[in-house]
Amino acid sequence: MAAQPASVIDGPMIEGQQTYGTITEHIGDIPAKSPPAPWYFGAAFGFGLLGVMVLTIGSLLYNGIGIWGVNVPVGWGFDIINFVWWIGIGHAGTLISAILLLLRQQWRTSINRFAETMTLFAVMCAGLFPLLHTGRPWVAYWLVPYPNIMAVWPNFRSPLVWDVFAVTTYLTVSALFWYVGLIPDLATMRDRAKSKVKQVVTGMLAMGWRNSAAHWFRYETAYLLLAGLSTPLVISVHSIVSLDFAVSLMPGWHTTIFPPYFVAGAIYSGFAMVLTFMIPVRRWYKMENFVTMKHIDWMAKVMLATGLIVLYGYGMEAFMAWYSGSLWEELMFENRTTGRFGLSYWLLILCNGVIPQLLWLPRFRHHMGVLFFISLVINVGMWLERFVIVVTSLHHDFLPSSWGMYYPTIWDLGMFAGTIGFFTFMMFLFLRFLPMIAVFEMRDLWHKVKPDGHGDRHAPVPTGKS
Amino acid sequence: MSEAIYGLIAEFKDEHDLMSAAERVREQGYKRVDAFSPFPIHGLAETLGIDDHRVPLIVTFAALAGAAGGFLMQYWISVVDYPLNIGGRPDLSWPYFIPITFECMVLSAAFGAVLGMLGLNGLPQPHHPLFDAPNFDRASNDRFFICIESKDPKFEREQTEAFLKTLNAENVAEVSL
Repeated sequence: MAAQPASVIDGPMIEGQQTYGTITEHIGDIPAKSPPAPWYFGAAFGFGLLGVMVLTIGSLLYNGIGIWGVNVPVGWGFDIINFVWWIGIGHAGTLISAILLLLRQQWRTSINRFAETMTLFAVMCAGLFPLLHTGRPWVAYWLVPYPNIMAVWPNFRSPLVWDVFAVTTYLTVSALFWYVGLIPDLATMRDRAKSKVKQVVTGMLAMGWRNSAAHWFRYETAYLLLAGLSTPLVISVHSIVSLDFAVSLMPGWHTTIFPPYFVAGAIYSGFAMVLTFMIPVRRWYKMENFVTMKHIDWMAKVMLATGLIVLYGYGMEAFMAWYSGSLWEELMFENRTTGRFGLSYWLLILCNGVIPQLLWLPRFRHHMGVLFFISLVINVGMWLERFVIVVTSLHHDFLPSSWGMYYPTIWDLGMFAGTIGFFTFMMFLFLRFLPMIAVFEMRDLWHKVKPDGHGDRHAPVPTGKS
Repeated sequence: MSEAIYGLIAEFKDEHDLMSAAERVREQGYKRVDAFSPFPIHGLAETLGIDDHRVPLIVTFAALAGAAGGFLMQYWISVVDYPLNIGGRPDLSWPYFIPITFECMVLSAAFGAVLGMLGLNGLPQPHHPLFDAPNFDRASNDRFFICIESKDPKFEREQTEAFLKTLNAENVAEVSL
């Protein structure tokens, strides 16, 4: 590694004595082997909570959303809090796979498949909440513009309709991006499959991919273009989610800082969730050679940086409440910090603003236990952020006559726990059936970083390195 | 050609041998050639004369069509078919139409990129003669291949085989149809 230029790689991104064959074997054959023991615990945990979700949705469909704690004046409760929380978590996947690809950050390779899969399932969890909050999810297609006998159309000036387009587009494009990234790995699985059934299934999914230079050429172009499209998409999605709030006139919502502040928060919580899952999975599956300390360190640094942007957002909210001179904004801030939900605000500052500052010290960034704890704290903090935004603004708006309290019910908690179960269970199924790291991209990375050097024997070829 | 075969395939143990072989094959003037590697190698396709820039064209067209379609849908609905007075805003309040126009553009362009790439690559294709070539299952693992098709105007069964054998190949084999 010493021969590598320090500007590109200043430490190993793949550790151990590797060849293309060992990389394929180590990562690509995971689905072919029986999973490590902790897998069963994780999957059982997820499956149990998934049962809670099925029960909750069943009760909700039978009884209606009256079983939730939402009512006037707090018409948006856990359903929207959890929607925003989950969709934020999804953003790290697209950031890692698309934005870091465009920035030629090669370290993304070890974590992009994992994070993209998290995006898919997180967006599915997110989508459930507004869908069920409509109260009649079986007519949710009314949100889509289609010619109908009622001769009505959606109102395109509403951010809630923008949400429908943004979230469905995000889910679809994420799925396409994920699947395209999987095709060459599915071909690897096809070529290594022992049983006829596996050969047929992976063969169908790989669609006849044969690693040809012509295929790769078009593939790389398409992949790069998808990354270029996903980058503004991911920013647009959380910006549009924030406009659900910012376009209204509610004190505490009606601010221009919302779109960038929401996007930073989304990336913050997304990286926290990636670390929450990656730290145990890396150990259970013995992936330390591929997800190295360097990756963990950089993810922690991205988290620290986005956390500071979020903290700036909190500061700016406080500053604008004072500087605007608006009575309602001042009252809102006073109520948010010292009112009946004041504790949630200070917990939020503790979780998102204070505790993550430990990440400044390399000692904590490199200590798995501490880092895991911080990532959990940030997950909680980002959930509290959405709670503070949604509930404290709604329960205490302009007129004292329309003030009220919000108490979530057991069904609210069940729905939230249920989506965590769905997410966990789906992630464990993914670990069981698909390679968790993009195998062909790891071979490509090995080609670029391995000690015998890339480009020294075919010098005139553009290497793609900056 | 007496016997009908798909072509001849040479197997290499690493990417450096593959690259130098690709350059030699190109110098010899073979046109219907393809190389196979377990990961994309920059410059390999160009060396073999593969220079297909239709994917970005398809994506550009799909993006424009998506954006136009998204905007016109909103225009037709909000101005022509179902004008709604929302807070006294004009029927054509176009800044409000930007988010959906943008999302439609991205959605359409993404489908253009994926379907365009698959279509131009001729996928899905359940079977291909190369899958029966010896060791070809390692093209997705750790081996590198070059195949010269029998349809190539310069293809001569014996000569081509002799030429491939000079390329530092591990193995040269026939690919049956």
